[in-house]
Amino acid sequence: MAAVLESLLREEVSVAAAVRWIARSAQSSEEDAGEAAALRSLQPLRKEFVPFLLNFLREQSSRVVPQGPPTPAKAPGSSAALPGRPGGPPRGGRGARSQLFPPTEPLSAAAEAPSARRGGRRRGAGPARERGGRGPGSLEEGVGAESLLWAGSRRPRAAGSPGSPSRARCDPPNLSNLEEFPPVGSVPPGGAGTRPSRRINPTPVSEERSLSKPKTCFTSPPISCVPGAQPSVLDSSPWGQGPAAGCRSLQEEREMLRKERSKQLQQSPAPACPTPEPGSTLPTRTGSLTAEPADPAKVSSRQRLELVALVYSACIAENLVPNLFLELFFVLQLLTARRMVAAKDSDLEPSPGVLDSLESPLFQSVHDCVFFAVQVLEHQFQVLSYLDKGTLKLLAENERLLCFSPALQGRLRAAYEGSVAKVSLAMPPSVQAVSFQPETDNRANFSSDRAFHTFKKQRDVFYEVLREWEDRHEEPGWDFEKGLGSRIRAMMGQLSAACSHSHFVRLFQKQLLQMCQSPGGAGGTILGEAPDVLNMLGADKLGRLRRLQERLAAPQSSCGPCPPPSFPGCQGFFRDFILSASSFQFNQHLMDSLSLKIRELNSLVLPHPEPSDEDGESDVDWQGERRQFAVVLLSLRLLAKFLGFVAFLPYRGPEPPPTRELQDSILALRSQVPPVLDVRALLQQGLRAHRAVLTVPWLVEFLSLADHIVPMLDYYRSIFTLLLHLHRFPQSLKTCSLWKRVRWMSLRWIQKLQNMVWMACLWWTSTCSTLAVLILAQLAQAFFHNQPPSLRRTVEFVAERIGSNCVKHIKATLVADLVRQAESLLQEQLVTQRQEGGDPGQLLEILCSQLCPHGAQALTQGREFCQKKSPGAVQALLPEETPAAVLSSAENIAVGLATEKACTWLSANITALIRREVKAAVSRMLRAQGPEPAVREDRRGCSRACEHHAPLPSHLISEIKDVLSVAVGPRDPEEGVSPEHLEQLVGQLGQTLRCRQVKTWQHALLVCPCMWLITRATLAQGCYSKDGANIQGLLAFSPQFLCPPAEQHLAKCSVELASLLVADQIPVLGPPTQHRLERGQARRLLHMLLSLWKDDFQVPVPLQLLLRPRNVGLLADTRPREWDLLLFLLRELVEKGLMGQKEIEACLDSLHEAQWPEDFAEELATLFNLFLAEPQVPEPQLRACELVQPNRGTVLAQS
Amino acid sequence: MILTKAQYDEIAQCLVSVPPTRQSLRKLKQRFPRYLDGVGKNGAAPVLLELANEVDYAPSLMARIILERFLQEHKETPPSKSVINSLLRDPSQIPDGVLANQVYQCIVNDCCYGPLVDCIKHAIGHEHEILLRDLLLEKNLSFLDEDQLRAKGYDKTPDFILQVPIAVEGHIIHWIESKASFGDECSHHAYLHDQFWSYWNRFGPGLVIYWYGFIQELDCNRERGILLKACFPTDIVTLCHGAAAP
Repeated sequence: MAAVLESLLREEVSVAAAVRWIARSAQSSEEDAGEAAALRSLQPLRKEFVPFLLNFLREQSSRVVPQGPPTPAKAPGSSAALPGRPGGPPRGGRGARSQLFPPTEPLSAAAEAPSARRGGRRRGAGPARERGGRGPGSLEEGVGAESLLWAGSRRPRAAGSPGSPSRARCDPPNLSNLEEFPPVGSVPPGGAGTRPSRRINPTPVSEERSLSKPKTCFTSPPISCVPGAQPSVLDSSPWGQGPAAGCRSLQEEREMLRKERSKQLQQSPAPACPTPEPGSTLPTRTGSLTAEPADPAKVSSRQRLELVALVYSACIAENLVPNLFLELFFVLQLLTARRMVAAKDSDLEPSPGVLDSLESPLFQSVHDCVFFAVQVLEHQFQVLSYLDKGTLKLLAENERLLCFSPALQGRLRAAYEGSVAKVSLAMPPSVQAVSFQPETDNRANFSSDRAFHTFKKQRDVFYEVLREWEDRHEEPGWDFEKGLGSRIRAMMGQLSAACSHSHFVRLFQKQLLQMCQSPGGAGGTILGEAPDVLNMLGADKLGRLRRLQERLAAPQSSCGPCPPPSFPGCQGFFRDFILSASSFQFNQHLMDSLSLKIRELNSLVLPHPEPSDEDGESDVDWQGERRQFAVVLLSLRLLAKFLGFVAFLPYRGPEPPPTRELQDSILALRSQVPPVLDVRALLQQGLRAHRAVLTVPWLVEFLSLADHIVPMLDYYRSIFTLLLHLHRFPQSLKTCSLWKRVRWMSLRWIQKLQNMVWMACLWWTSTCSTLAVLILAQLAQAFFHNQPPSLRRTVEFVAERIGSNCVKHIKATLVADLVRQAESLLQEQLVTQRQEGGDPGQLLEILCSQLCPHGAQALTQGREFCQKKSPGAVQALLPEETPAAVLSSAENIAVGLATEKACTWLSANITALIRREVKAAVSRMLRAQGPEPAVREDRRGCSRACEHHAPLPSHLISEIKDVLSVAVGPRDPEEGVSPEHLEQLVGQLGQTLRCRQVKTWQHALLVCPCMWLITRATLAQGCYSKDGANIQGLLAFSPQFLCPPAEQHLAKCSVELASLLVADQIPVLGPPTQHRLERGQARRLLHMLLSLWKDDFQVPVPLQLLLRPRNVGLLADTRPREWDLLLFLLRELVEKGLMGQKEIEACLDSLHEAQWPEDFAEELATLFNLFLAEPQVPEPQLRACELVQPNRGTVLAQS
Repeated sequence: MILTKAQYDEIAQCLVSVPPTRQSLRKLKQRFPRYLDGVGKNGAAPVLLELANEVDYAPSLMARIILERFLQEHKETPPSKSVINSLLRDPSQIPDGVLANQVYQCIVNDCCYGPLVDCIKHAIGHEHEILLRDLLLEKNLSFLDEDQLRAKGYDKTPDFILQVPIAVEGHIIHWIESKASFGDECSHHAYLHDQFWSYWNRFGPGLVIYWYGFIQELDCNRERGILLKACFPTDIVTLCHGAAAP
């Protein structure tokens, strides 16, 4: 390996040739014969070059004291050592960084052990998968050898025969091997007799990841293990937080490490490099920050550094490195190196001019490091230019960079100014509920009332749970399952009908998208900083360097060295909800719904290629498209993550199957299970349609949640193969570079319109003859083909909206008219039916048969509507400069599409719609009519003279109730009612009944002092205008204060009052001698009441109450009994037509059935006879009504 | 009138020295024979009302209990709630004349419960809704009222949903609920659970007007999206669609 490098350094081989040699096994024709010969001899080593190079660089930089943490990476594969040090241990091992690819050692059981032990805390990704996902080995092997990778062939070997003596040098790196890829932030435990590795390689991320565990999955490593965090629902679940014991053991390891280091420090008098304290999370807190200034003039062996940088850059550019961000991170560490640790004497003293040797260290000083880093960065400018704005600014302001390459600095600054990529640091938005939409959420969408009301409750419970989670999930000691689990399960238990499940899933999914779609919502504050990072940057350059480094070390929304498929922020709620609900039905419906949504979003029309003009001013449309694309992509990734989570949930276990046999049987079983979503087909389609940019990101999210077995299944293995191929040969995507693929925002699309199935074709197909169809369809397609895509979207949008509005319009006009007709028909029918005794069901049928044929008008009206509305909308939405011909074509197409949409719906549904509406109207009317529809009279408004000063009904009921309670008793001797008050009360009742509308609030206040008090404060603030300017307009619609229930109670109270008057039971205030109301007063009051009953009440007055035993019985208590008022009242009732003669007779008749004292029964019978005897008294005379049996001395009536 | 919780507690303590409890309810049921004794002696005496006063229980609730027992003994099957309610609404339908009078007496003398009081409460609530409606109209705020919402099939219906949201004291308001009562802890929590949060769950943040005031400390969900006021708000910001000033 070193030979290759050496020959490069000696310029025997050109860098280009070397890279070609590395990247492709086949020699290309343009290669120089000499070079070819030089390289051919090294052919067997080809595969090992990249690992060697990366390890070489790590090793060379081992004396660099970085600003931040060391680069967390190492890999197996290369045992090739430097000349003169064959197989020797890497020197400088004391440094903070170790090899990316360490010398191969036999894979020992001990090395595997931690992997197995930690498996329980890992999120269920299998080692086989990750092994293929990232390892440079896979890079070397190319697509042809992938089957080996994906087969997981090493797993059985490792598990079954742990003592396997050696493995092929070119084995892919085993990412599950904690010795090789130690968990971020952890230290491999020492085996027996082995010193614990001194390497501390935490990638500082955030506090929550400070104790993270290895994340062995496709996208990457760590999973948080927050100390004290709640144990998950299922502790065995790999998705739960790790058990506290796991954290403790990690702490123990750290403790061991600390002890070990202090021992070393005691041994060596010279203080070693200030290795960051274990557990410290960010380099900002790692102590000494003194940095040596870097000077370009002091760079040793420039040429050699340039060469190595060139090769290294070429490897990056060729996508040969396992993880680009790790390399970028490494380079930035070099750029921001604080200083070099003093090396051994022999290592120092550079030999100037010596280029052909690898003997002398590559990096002899900080100057070298910075020079090298700047060189690499220059080569990687294209990559850098896609970084987010904030990072670009930090880079551009780096003084070392400015000092070493002003040109690069200038380019970075330009890129910064032109960049629109932002890492959103917005605060997570507070929870917003999914709004209620009658179209999907009202009763008509449910199978039964019960299902509807159950879902109503569930929605409320769901948000209650969500709010509680929001309030409490950050509290220490709070546990989702303990706090909410049972409530969630109880709620899920109520979802019985399948349709309820789908409703709930829709709510769940919408809420998920709503809360987690924004990057802020997904991860909270990404860097744990205030929104404007840039403003926080101090002037001191070290601070900036640090920030720069942190920024690259910290995971960002889209990248970061190793973004794990965690469920940050709000996503955690949804994950835990699924786990706690543990409902099979829910999961199934959720998968269905997620799959559907993914398919739907995945078919999004991709944005147009980036406008070619380089003036930086992007087309407005294009920006909109990009934004839309961003939203869709985020949604897709989120949905796919949850789909993967739910789909693989039943298979996920803490560890892979222990034996080959078990694994085989599982494989045999699983291979029979169809995938939840045919992701392979979608990926293939995506590739064919050049839409991989949309498909791959969500697919990766989906796969990142797969279980151990998945990578071994043929179906998924083929997907991984395909993905690996893409990773290795990005050019197959026909994009300009890898980066254009990774940073989707900047991708140049190759948009192929011919693959789009376009609605218009369908429309024309259905309406025109075959020949015409073809031509028209082609024409339409051709029309849009040469127009900006926004035109087609506009037309489709207009057609969609107008079509939908058309249906609504028909509902509001034609259907509403028909319903009104139905109502009036019904009125007529009801009258006849009451006489004939018909059935309401039949009535409905008759109505529908009469009205439904009118639905045919809907199509005509619909066409007219679309014809009228569409062109204007198209016109308004297209640029004014659109040529007339284009505009008119667009309008015509929009009209056609809208008409098609509306008419299709109408012709299929109009009859059902009319039927439904009429039915609703009929039942509404029947309900409202109640049992006695005839009593209902038309509502009257206020008279012209009404000044709307009437007391409020509530006030009146309250007043009358007081009178009734005093009358009924018990009462104190001094309690009573003044006759004036009684008259006033009845008068007010009349006012209230006659005032049917409230003119203004002011009047309401005037009539109700208590309300005046309530709003006094408001008035004091002068918030109301004094004039009633728009009152006339309001009057027509203003409903009355008097609502039917209140009016009914008033009616009933008035009847009770009349009963008390008749029985002379109202205690009157006044001189002690006079405790009774005068007969004249009583009669006057009864007159007033009779008038109210006749003219003012608009609800049925329960006059029959007057003749109920209880009310008539009031008379029994009076001594002497006086019957004249009752007789008077009865006659007046008949006279005024308030009660029929027969009705009263029936009531009086039934009074006999009650048990009365004998004398009372006799008097009652007499009254009955009297009433019958003088049925038609034109004018009720206040005359004596002497009843029989005067010998009893009972004065029945007096004049 | 907005009270602090401390002030409210003080008042409540004075008002309800002996709150009605389940235990007292049990005692009442045992005392039913006493009612019979009482009315046996004098049917016109306010036996039932006095019984209620004696055990510090609402007269109309007492009437309900006695009525329930009465019907049970006469029909042997437990009477349905709707039958009891209809008899309480119209005591003249009670077969026993004495009991009918006693029940009616209880109902007209009860200031807190019973059909008549319920009606007054309902009427007050309705009147305040009308008042609020007029204020909204006066402010030119367009809205959907409860009936319109019900017609559209909404499962939960606040008094008013604003068709265009407004901001009150810096908080977005989508809906307004009128409460013609004092917002004490107990009723507010019940309202939160049964109504306000349900509205929030469907329509977003909103405003509750307790026309008769509320306990200040209860107005703690402003940030979350439930604002309490004791009157129609003055600090209203509306979305202006007018043309920009030249």
